Amino acid sequence: MYPSRFRYEAPRSIDEAIDLLQSGGGEAKVLAGGQSLVPLLKLRFAAPELLVDINGLPGLAYHRVDADGSLHIGALCRHADLERSTILPGRQPTMAAAAPLVADPIVRNRGTLVGSLCHADPQGDWASVMTALGGYIVAQGTHGRRNIPVAQFVSGPFQNVLGYDEVAVEAVVPAAKGTVAGGYLKLERRVGDFATAGTAVALELSGGTVIRAGIALTGVGGSTINAADAAQALVGGPLTAERINAAADLAGQAAQPRTDHRGSAEYKRHIVRTFVTRILTRIEQPSDSSRKAA
Amino acid sequence: MSGLYEEIREQPAGDVPVRRVTIMVNGEKRMADVEPRLLLAHLLRQGFKLTGTHTGCDTTNCGACTVLYDGQPIKSCTMFAVQADGHEVTTVAGLAGASELHPIQEGFKDEHGLQCGFCTPGMMLAATALLQENPDPTEDEVRWALSGNLCRCTGYQNIVKSVLWAAKKLQAQKGASS
Repeated sequence: MYPSRFRYEAPRSIDEAIDLLQSGGGEAKVLAGGQSLVPLLKLRFAAPELLVDINGLPGLAYHRVDADGSLHIGALCRHADLERSTILPGRQPTMAAAAPLVADPIVRNRGTLVGSLCHADPQGDWASVMTALGGYIVAQGTHGRRNIPVAQFVSGPFQNVLGYDEVAVEAVVPAAKGTVAGGYLKLERRVGDFATAGTAVALELSGGTVIRAGIALTGVGGSTINAADAAQALVGGPLTAERINAAADLAGQAAQPRTDHRGSAEYKRHIVRTFVTRILTRIEQPSDSSRKAA
Repeated sequence: MSGLYEEIREQPAGDVPVRRVTIMVNGEKRMADVEPRLLLAHLLRQGFKLTGTHTGCDTTNCGACTVLYDGQPIKSCTMFAVQADGHEVTTVAGLAGASELHPIQEGFKDEHGLQCGFCTPGMMLAATALLQENPDPTEDEVRWALSGNLCRCTGYQNIVKSVLWAAKKLQAQKGASS
């Protein structure tokens, strides 16, 4: 399988990349990890005239925590970098849980978190994770930089709101105001298959009270689903069994699954409810000494 | 064989510039003129005649085309040859020395780690990268590291045994030399 013919440029700076995208006038695509884009090109679902390969741009392979506590993931930070991260475990459990579940180990060596967000596949793990975390994308273009919340970044299946002269240079998770907790669970028939269903949960707690919550769902709708009602049911109180059940039921209702060869719609809703419950019941409560000791 | 590589050499596409790439392939400097859409897998197979790199699914699923790109396993059907310009690529043909097999190859031989052999080059390269990062992996770690490579014959049992065999051999060699 071969893509349509395209021109290829490998700029050495972001400004040069933006100039190239500008000159492409909407017929150019950014190539980062390429693990979603190259298959699309080969299937000729996408046929850009110009590919702007950003892999040679310096200083974009980072993921780091800034002094204010915000977490920054550069456009060339690979899934494997996040899987092997020493920063994420303990500090960012939702991302740490998701990193080893993205695609397969070989794809993770190339693919990037920012690229995955731009690709906007309803089956994408990172879109759910970053939606639950309230993250945003930093886009740089001819008119400077702007921040776009991930929840508003995706405009439809495989569509985002980037202008044609814009590069997504990093993704940011804002600093937490409380203790961070959460997780990510995905059911797949085999490694690398599309998710039957996936669930991202991200919480901030203060003295046992949930002060911020995000829940987002993978693979159970036409795009990533932000289960805001389910998350809101957790805010303002402790993680009791009743509140967890209420959130799980609301998340199940927020899912819009379709019956297919991976399972019935009701089965997928059940997985979502189970995953929400499972992630939340695993979170240690400061008041719950018995669970802490276990 | 009339692959895209030969087509390019004979009739470069009108307005699409052909690019000269220089790639260190199995420790040897190789040059080629490629159209940007040429996949690395096809440059290796048709351009450089390194047919040990197999193309299985052509959809980024099976891992048969796995090669090491600057030491990291990647799927060469999902990277353009132009992207390898200035980089190092190791194919299965680069594993063995002049006279001896690489321990991972010995392991596949000793433990019957292959049947039809189609997935084997990709398996061996993914396993080589694993053993470099983790010289003493558990069975679970081997299975995890190879989960991006599909085999339709073996049921994976003997592949996993082969990798564990190679890990032991490499450890023993390291112990003997230190």
